[in-house]
Amino acid sequence: MAQVTLRKVVKKYDEVTAVRGIDLDITDKEFIVLVGPSGCGKSTTLRMIAGLEEITGGDIAIGGDVVNDVPPKDRDIAMVFQNYALYPHMNVYENMSFGLKLKRTPKDEIDRRVKQAAQILDITELLDRKPKQLSGGQRQRVAMGRAIVRDPKVFLFDEPLSNLDAKLRVQMRTEIKKVHQKVRTTTVYVTHDQVEAMTLADRVVVMNQGLIEQVGSPNDLYHSPATKFVAGFIGSPAMNFIPCQLEQAAGGLRMRVSDKLSFPVPASRSARYASHAGKTSLVLGLRPEHIIETRPHAEPDQHDFEQQIEVVEPMGMETLVYFNIGGAEVCGRVSPNAPSAAGKSMKLRADLSNMHLIDDTTGKVL
Amino acid sequence: MANASVAAGAPVRKVKYRSMSADRRWAMRWSYFFLVLFAIFFLTPPVYMFITSLKSSGEIGQATNPWWVYHPTLSNYIELLGQNQYLIFFRNSAIVSVCVVAVTMVISVTAAFALARMKFWGSATLATGVFLTYLIPDTLLFIPLFKMFAFVRDTFGIELMNHWWTLIIIYPTLSVPFATWIMIGYFASIPKELDEAALIDGASWLQTLTKIFIPVALPGIIAATIFSFTVSWAQFLYPLAFTTSTDQLVLPVGIVTTLIKGDVFNWGQIMTGALLGAAPPLIIYAFLMDYYIAGLTAGATKG
Amino acid sequence: MADIAARNATAINADRRNSLHKLMQRKSTIAFLMALPLILLIGTLVLYPAGYAIWLAMLNKSMTKFVGLGNFEFLFKRQTFWDVVFQSCLFAITAVIFKAIIGFVVAHFVHNIPTKGQRKWRGMLLVPWVIPPAMSTLAWLWLFDPSYSAFNWIFAHIGLPHIPWTGEAGWARFSVILVNIWAGAPFFMIMYLAALKSVPEQLYEAASIDGATWWQRIWYVTLPMMRNIIAITALFSTIVTFANFDIVRVLTSGGPLTATHLFATWAFKVGIESGDIPLGATVSLFMVPILAVGAAFILRDISKRGSEV
Repeated sequence: MAQVTLRKVVKKYDEVTAVRGIDLDITDKEFIVLVGPSGCGKSTTLRMIAGLEEITGGDIAIGGDVVNDVPPKDRDIAMVFQNYALYPHMNVYENMSFGLKLKRTPKDEIDRRVKQAAQILDITELLDRKPKQLSGGQRQRVAMGRAIVRDPKVFLFDEPLSNLDAKLRVQMRTEIKKVHQKVRTTTVYVTHDQVEAMTLADRVVVMNQGLIEQVGSPNDLYHSPATKFVAGFIGSPAMNFIPCQLEQAAGGLRMRVSDKLSFPVPASRSARYASHAGKTSLVLGLRPEHIIETRPHAEPDQHDFEQQIEVVEPMGMETLVYFNIGGAEVCGRVSPNAPSAAGKSMKLRADLSNMHLIDDTTGKVL
Repeated sequence: MANASVAAGAPVRKVKYRSMSADRRWAMRWSYFFLVLFAIFFLTPPVYMFITSLKSSGEIGQATNPWWVYHPTLSNYIELLGQNQYLIFFRNSAIVSVCVVAVTMVISVTAAFALARMKFWGSATLATGVFLTYLIPDTLLFIPLFKMFAFVRDTFGIELMNHWWTLIIIYPTLSVPFATWIMIGYFASIPKELDEAALIDGASWLQTLTKIFIPVALPGIIAATIFSFTVSWAQFLYPLAFTTSTDQLVLPVGIVTTLIKGDVFNWGQIMTGALLGAAPPLIIYAFLMDYYIAGLTAGATKG
Repeated sequence: MADIAARNATAINADRRNSLHKLMQRKSTIAFLMALPLILLIGTLVLYPAGYAIWLAMLNKSMTKFVGLGNFEFLFKRQTFWDVVFQSCLFAITAVIFKAIIGFVVAHFVHNIPTKGQRKWRGMLLVPWVIPPAMSTLAWLWLFDPSYSAFNWIFAHIGLPHIPWTGEAGWARFSVILVNIWAGAPFFMIMYLAALKSVPEQLYEAASIDGATWWQRIWYVTLPMMRNIIAITALFSTIVTFANFDIVRVLTSGGPLTATHLFATWAFKVGIESGDIPLGATVSLFMVPILAVGAAFILRDISKRGSEV
């Protein structure tokens, strides 16, 4: 069983605390992604799981055994580095078989496993080449092959695709997912790219400033973010944040976003939000795909309004329009056929059934 | 079953492995232990030189603890520096070394500039050739040079033997190849765009050299200077072969030959002389250690 | 009208060609002139004497007659010569091996301690290399003195026998090699330290994860990555150590009898002290094969690295 458990894990460097207390349960065979901006502590956490960094506080357990004091070589893990870290003086075959050779595995067993891994990754013709003769994508595959061959309890990936160009990155993402489906080893994957996180993960862990903001499936994080940070981090283009104030009006609770504009709160949520009516730090969160062009039929919880468009970005399958509400930059995704032009006014529709109300002082989604 | 152990949060701790942080601390302790051992090994001779230099010959003769000075005295220093002879050695060494540095730097900087920057026919072979000549040791050349000096005396009437200034002519053979090699490395690492910018700005080749290259390659120049000085100062074979009269000797030869008179070794003075003789390179090293080391490593790793 | 214009045109073109021609010429000639002092220096004071040495080796003692390989034959028959060959090889090979090992070990320890302290330790450990060899050998001569040796004084106090550091042939060879190791190991340390720092830390991390112990990390990661530097420094050092003069001359003058003579010191004795210049030249020429082999390896390495880049 290869579950990984983190309990109250802390990492301090002299005066800086990189990781400030993390609790996480990773189940066997799960593909979990740690995602967050630079400096949030995700790489540090991964390296503590690997044993490359000492744990200042808390416990990490792999497969049920606490491994705090166990050196990396005894933890039965494999790691894929951002810079591949292939041994330059060994060819691909030797690179992949190095770990097994150290364990004195019999030669035919080594051969079988290396050839098998090479087949999964489609690098069989490269086995006798040296790393400097390989392209970036090939090197990355060899690095993964080295990990697969070891058949460890846990795979650790440290931003493996960051050094590849955009197109290659998309390709390799699919490769990694395919490999995980074939090999079914518990995987902890670190990236700063939320698209990678969303596409690869069974569960995503969003980290910020040394703490976990939220853990959940990609869908959960997308549709039910728990904090403003997660709401703004996941999804591209990012969620719109519009400061607002709750006010009671004739038809029910409304959110006033500017002198001229206020949105109605969907009836299903009125009760939940009513208690926050007096607060001055409220923010309306609405994803760009929920601000569209007006349609002929009215639908519940939709509100039509008109705004002056500042910038228009035609993307082909949709057009992004940027405008300003009460000082906040807002982005909407409209049909390419809708009449949008910079400097002109446009009729838009806000789908408030997918709105989020955020308290800016706590950062929490209400 | 699995979920229970995960959720409980009280996993089993296997005691098989030694703590990683304890491992690291032990590695540190061993490192420092051996470093101290090696430091003792490397520093014992100079420290011993210093200890002995503070002893009077009486105390040395008494064969008490050689590692401790019971009655420290500066008499050795005073006597040595009071005698004319030692000061002459020092003077000769100083003049020779300074002149050799000047000659070396002029020859090697100009040659390095030409070889690194101005490609001409055979420049690549010449550069490698220069490096290879560094491998021809003085121990091979001193005998033919001996004969060549005799030839010069017979043909031109110039007496090269037994004059300290002859050394200024032959020492550069020891310093120029390596100094050139260092400078080629530094010059080659200066981007070509700098030359072109200077050319466009109207500079001649000489101006490019003096106003752009030399300032930018200054660390290399300092390193090469230090190298030339140290090599000249420490040279032993050539002066031993070519200078015999006491007033023509340079420091290394002077100390070794004159202070050992017959069977009587005045060790206090010898050690003082040796220590003072080792002082200039040591002082330069103490203040300019990084340039010193840069000169060393530049040659081997850049090449 | 047309032909005047044509003549002017050719004149202008000719001028342009001339000045261009002059410019091209100027650059190469200037370059050549700048390299000339170097070429002259090396030509007259290194290459010519080297060739002259070969000529000298083929003359008789009073340099009046050409004797071809007579001097060489003479040497081959003398036991001292073969002793010198053996001693020089023993000296060079043993000293270089130990210098390399000690240099590597010390570099490792210096690399292990925190960066702040490294400079200090490096500074202390390089001192033997900075002191002029003639001076430091004097210190060793005093440390090895037959009557007053400071080492023997310690040995006497802990019950070990008195050692004739320079008095007995075997010990004299040991002492000479020891001093050379002492003076030369710091150079190896500095070179290896620079090389150690250029090995990416991630390779060690990957090796740790692959299951390597500290020893396996050195064997499979550090040493292969440092192969070039190790070869080059060993080569250099062998050449330089083989031609060593200062240490033996000051410490033992080649003695006792001829037990510690190297090619260089024996050539000095035979050529300058005993006045047989051609014979001295012959002796010193025996260093050439080693130098040539070493130079060949270095050339091959330089061109190999050049093509790799």
